[in-house]
Amino acid sequence: MAAPIERGVDTNTPEINMSLKKTLSAVSPLTLRIVAECPVTKARACDLVLPHCTVNTPVFMPVGTQGTLKGITVDQLESLGCQICLGNTYHLGMRPGPELIEKANGLHGFMKWKNNLLTDSGGFQMVSLVELSEVTEEGVKFKSPYDGKEILLSPEKSISIQNSLGSDIMMQLDDVVSSTVTGPRVEEAMHRSIRWLDRCIAANKNPDKQNLFAIIQGGLNAELRKICLEEMTQRDVPGFAIGGLSGGEEKDDFWRMVTLSTDHLPREKPRYLMGVGYAVDLVVCVALGCDMFDCVFPTRTARFGSALVPWGSLQVKQKQYAKDFQPIDPDCQCPTCKRHSRAYLHALFKTDTAAMHHVTVHNIAYQLTLMRSVRQSIVEGRFPEFIRTFMKRMFPSSEQYPGWAVDALASVNITLD
Amino acid sequence: MKLELSRVVQGGCRLGVLKGLGRSGQHSLEVPGCLLYTRCGTVPHLTQDTLHTLTNLPSVTQLTLSTIAEHQEVLEDFKDGFRKFAGLHDTVLYCSLHDPVTPCPAGHITNKTVSVWGSGGRIELTVAKFMALQRTVRPDWYQSMADGETWQSNTSRKRVRKSVDRTLAHLDECLLVHHKTQELQGVAVFGVVEGGDILEERVRSAKETAKRPVAGFCLDGLQTGSMDQALRIQLIAAVTKELPEGKPRLLQGVGRPDEVLACVEAGVDLFESFFPFQVTERGCALCFNFDITPDPERAVLEADEERDTAGETHENGELNLDDQMTSFEINLKDKRYQDDFRPLVEGCGCYCCRNHQRAYLHHLLVTNELLAGVLLMLHNTAHYLAFFGALREALAQDTLDLLKKKVLKEKCGQTKSKE
Ligand SMILES: [Zn+2]
Ligand SMILES: [Zn+2]
Repeated sequence: MAAPIERGVDTNTPEINMSLKKTLSAVSPLTLRIVAECPVTKARACDLVLPHCTVNTPVFMPVGTQGTLKGITVDQLESLGCQICLGNTYHLGMRPGPELIEKANGLHGFMKWKNNLLTDSGGFQMVSLVELSEVTEEGVKFKSPYDGKEILLSPEKSISIQNSLGSDIMMQLDDVVSSTVTGPRVEEAMHRSIRWLDRCIAANKNPDKQNLFAIIQGGLNAELRKICLEEMTQRDVPGFAIGGLSGGEEKDDFWRMVTLSTDHLPREKPRYLMGVGYAVDLVVCVALGCDMFDCVFPTRTARFGSALVPWGSLQVKQKQYAKDFQPIDPDCQCPTCKRHSRAYLHALFKTDTAAMHHVTVHNIAYQLTLMRSVRQSIVEGRFPEFIRTFMKRMFPSSEQYPGWAVDALASVNITLD
Repeated sequence: MKLELSRVVQGGCRLGVLKGLGRSGQHSLEVPGCLLYTRCGTVPHLTQDTLHTLTNLPSVTQLTLSTIAEHQEVLEDFKDGFRKFAGLHDTVLYCSLHDPVTPCPAGHITNKTVSVWGSGGRIELTVAKFMALQRTVRPDWYQSMADGETWQSNTSRKRVRKSVDRTLAHLDECLLVHHKTQELQGVAVFGVVEGGDILEERVRSAKETAKRPVAGFCLDGLQTGSMDQALRIQLIAAVTKELPEGKPRLLQGVGRPDEVLACVEAGVDLFESFFPFQVTERGCALCFNFDITPDPERAVLEADEERDTAGETHENGELNLDDQMTSFEINLKDKRYQDDFRPLVEGCGCYCCRNHQRAYLHHLLVTNELLAGVLLMLHNTAHYLAFFGALREALAQDTLDLLKKKVLKEKCGQTKSKE
């Protein structure tokens, strides 16, 4: 079940095959092989071949904002099986700056990460973190929080920084509006995002080494989303992200926009749902046809002592765990669960930062293991059954299943009992 | 526990191996050496995975009662001792009273009690409570309860005498309970030598403690900041003269390399390794040179570096160093390391130096990232342990003077090489 992009290549003689592959890889340094598709839902398991290694999808990508993943060494991250993680262009562009990272042979060299990196455009952080930002056709204008200087983040500038970072996947600069905003501003942002996509494509200095993903916008308006999909899928980009969601909108609106997007996205290109990382959201959105996810939640919540488990979460710092000598999750194979008890972590949280690192390791392991199990079930043709088991474990009773998840799953032929 | 000395150099320095450590007696520790510093059983910032990227870790882990006393009830419920509770498998546990890094507020000691400070505040310990803790912690070796509150400069002779008397009384009581406690059979007890800065009291404390059936001695109240180096050395030399040769001496609260060298010469065998942690907490990396293998090429290089860096100390005006920073470390927050793509220490085999560069550490520090503490702790621990290795080697090779010269003249802040 190879993706169309590879079809026709396999039948050629080796030499032609080689030269053809070269031409193809000159087009984009990304290959998507569809390994299996769920016969019931829209879920799929793919091998996403990127410059630094192959990524097995569906995949969760941990976020290493400033060129480091919250107290975890790159060796630890690699040994957890992480094939791709994120860096944030806004933060890294400010400190240490693109020139320095370029000198260090890109972000890979700077942080010594061997596998793939995805960088965002920097636009989202600018709008959410920096108060004084102004969006014009030129780009996003903001005042540097470090020296107060006015800076313009244009599509060209964003791509130039991401080219310096050398990420395997770059994101276009998009005009971000909160998903709760309605009216003409949403339409303006959608059209501008399309124009900015073209400027980003033109600005990419390394199309042979770095993939540029488009970001579908259009807020919660189905018509606008469709126009955006129609326009952007005409561009020759190696992958698509579904943007403008997971910003506080109703979950009912959220899943409808996700499924609308995957309905119109080409089968042979990867789909990345931005900012989604809760376990239930992941499982449902895989069923809706998404391949890639990222979220700061699992690592952020770990630092407050919240450990992710198949039945939700466990607050290690709560008094009830002071004398609980079991591991966080007795079935978890992570280094934390293999060695330490809830009681020890509870005690250590009062003394040392290593307690946070233990829970961070566990939470990343939880996310990656969840996605590996999802993939395995798709490959083995039992994803619908996986979903039912997963939901039963996550919620005490079916009455507690979130309505949006039930509806979303029903839309892809899964009825929960 | 058995100390086998292979050499006693220049009258004071002892080189040897502390054997028969641990319940089954299969562990050993080379002296002069240091213990592995922990808080609540964890080397600060490090998970077991990252810690074990380091090789040649000391076989003895130091626990401080101050970080675990508040968990007594939990440990009692757990029943299997602290080693298992903390997921420490193959290490000897030594339990000391106070955390050498956290100063203890004065004025809470009574005739019958000492106090430790944990995350939840003060915990008052009587001998009974102290021994009950030892029974639940189940270390392989612990220090006896002691009154070490003599470090303030205005401590009176009377107060010092009292601290010696109380500490001896605590020791006798501890030993009494110890011998009656089934769970503590085979566990080693160290007596604590007090005496403040008064020579006669130090000698009295040493003589009296040595009369008791202890496995070794802790030298307390001599920590950095409590007195000047000359006085400390004079007191230690006087004390070690009174102590039996075949038992180890552990000095509490001293960790700076120059002080370590002088104290080893005065007859100290063991140190706590909290110094790398202090260096880590101020965002610094140990970089002092203790390599004394003759290498003509290197000598030329070093001479060049010295010339290059002459007079540049004040070049960076904004350099606002913590006054505690020593000359054995470099401050990686300094702008000069922003684009320095060298490892912390050339040739260092630690995980940090094998993988990362000063520029990356600088970035992690200025952005307040947690990984900075992890990587610095790894390097600083590795560097400190290697220093002790070099010290033992120098004793074995009779080159201690060379090592001393090297370490004492070393000024890290000034060994910056050409840009
Ligand atoms: Zn785990
Ligand atoms: Zn190192």
